[in-house]
Amino acid sequence: MSPDQLTPERPTAERTSAASVAGAHGSSPARRTRRAFGSQQLGRAALVFLMIVVAVPFVFPIWWMVTSSMKTTSEILSLPPSLWPESPSIESYRQVFELQPFAQQYVNSLYIAVLVTVGTMAVAAFAGYAFARIRFPGSNALFVLVLVGLLVPSEVTIVPLFRMVNSAGLIDTHWPLIVIPILGAPSVLATFIMRQFFVTLPGELEEAGRMDGLSRFGIFARIALPLSRSALAAVAIFTFLKSWNLYLEPLVYLSTKSNFTLPQALTQYVDAYGGPIWNVQLAATTLTVIPVLIVFIAAQRQFIEGLANSGLKG
Amino acid sequence: MTSITTTGRAGRPQRRSAWRRRDAATGYAFVAPAVIGAIAFVIVPLGAVIWYSLHEWNVLANTFTFVGPQNYQDMLSDGALHDSLIASLWFSLGVVVLNITLSLFLAVLLNQHLPGTTLFRVLFFTPVVVSLVAWTIVWGFLLQADNGINGFLAEFGITGPNWLRNNVTAMISVIVVQVFKNVGLNMVLFLSALQSVPEEIQEAARLDGAGAWRRFFSITLPMISPTMLLVAILTVVGSLETFALIDVLTDGGPGTSTTVLVFYLYRQAFEFNQFGYASAISVLLFVIVLALTLLQWQTRKRWVFHES
Repeated sequence: MSPDQLTPERPTAERTSAASVAGAHGSSPARRTRRAFGSQQLGRAALVFLMIVVAVPFVFPIWWMVTSSMKTTSEILSLPPSLWPESPSIESYRQVFELQPFAQQYVNSLYIAVLVTVGTMAVAAFAGYAFARIRFPGSNALFVLVLVGLLVPSEVTIVPLFRMVNSAGLIDTHWPLIVIPILGAPSVLATFIMRQFFVTLPGELEEAGRMDGLSRFGIFARIALPLSRSALAAVAIFTFLKSWNLYLEPLVYLSTKSNFTLPQALTQYVDAYGGPIWNVQLAATTLTVIPVLIVFIAAQRQFIEGLANSGLKG
Repeated sequence: MTSITTTGRAGRPQRRSAWRRRDAATGYAFVAPAVIGAIAFVIVPLGAVIWYSLHEWNVLANTFTFVGPQNYQDMLSDGALHDSLIASLWFSLGVVVLNITLSLFLAVLLNQHLPGTTLFRVLFFTPVVVSLVAWTIVWGFLLQADNGINGFLAEFGITGPNWLRNNVTAMISVIVVQVFKNVGLNMVLFLSALQSVPEEIQEAARLDGAGAWRRFFSITLPMISPTMLLVAILTVVGSLETFALIDVLTDGGPGTSTTVLVFYLYRQAFEFNQFGYASAISVLLFVIVLALTLLQWQTRKRWVFHES
């Protein structure tokens, strides 16, 4: 077997192998290869077409959200639906801020998500590091205790947590949306990911740090933590998204509109009969989606690969 | 390196053990927030919800009386709960089957080295970063009775169903909306698993005359089975926790056709103020999640292939 025939099915490699085979083996194999080559091109074109078709339900809703948010109330319900607004208007964007304290709600979601993200990163980095690298009595038992959080969906404990928050007098404040995610079950996955990462660190690095007279905290802060940037980034991404998306908890804990977070606020653009005011609701939705999408598209590579390689692979 | 360590150990035993002791103290300090958090916000609430589930507890009437297993007995004759269990079953089954099939399909498609792969990977992943409520609101707009998707269908002379007001199509709708939202994450996990399958094994099988399908089922699938397990667990548990989607899109209706378990739990607690009964439903949810996770973990030996 010639090495050419062993080449994997990559487009460029295929072309070279087809050509060299044709040159080497006379007419009949050459014809076969050429025909196979042609049908393969066709097959690949069909696959690209298939990808385009499959992408529609992923992309179209976002396209329709943005364009519809610029339509007038009458155009938004017109038949047939228009793919582009007749006279694009930002009137509904003005109403987004008039009907609710939307700017305030935006700030609420943003600062809560930032605090939760930073707090979770800290808790998970410290605990993940200690569970992976420091030997102390009872560490395994404590790790198992923490891991129980992975088996308890936060919906299961919503009733007792509501009661705790209530008796602490913290209903309609942001405290439960910040403190519980940082310390409770939602941060356990982060701790687990950080531990999985720190377990793989070579021991020599720490030994060298110790020789240089670093304390354990020094080893953690100066050696281990800087090396864990990829794992920390993955933790940051999914913690931010989780907090940004939180819906059940704000619904249960918050009652004043100026305290609402975005997911909750989006559902409040309704008319007197409870029907949605579509263009305003879609304008508000666009305002919450676009910034995240811009950040995502700018950093999509690190984003997707970070999540894929965060130890979640199992 | 070794000799230095030995000298250190022999020369300064006290210092070494002092470092050890201080090290252990640092260990406790480092894990303290996570451990205290786990006790305060996981273990104690879990114990509390079990304790509450043994009580008749109406918040409005301010009654809290011990009734033993009464709430669990009530569950047996609660038709609405049975409906919600059936709705949860259909929902989870639909989401898991569709999500895993579609995400694996997309991952295999993206793994073909086609032009534009990076762009499509981003497109398929985009809904993952869009907030769930935003995504759901847009789909609510698309699934209206006489506009949106039906408006486009009307162009072709097709009268679409009233998606969210019909028992069967409402369930299909919530499943589809949920799947398109999350399939990108599983797709990425599958893609990174596919890329770690060694090319040589595929080649060897190809030389032995194995076709694309045969290679996929006999080589690729077994080699990515650890990822399958992870994805299956994440998807099942995720589907059981669904709340926002239902609350925004169908409000549990029509009738109780899309009232999944968490939605029913929320209703009992925060709309009907039956905290005791809601706690019993919480315990049921916990038992189901636990059982499914352990079951998947237990059966992993049968269907998960490890290279070593």
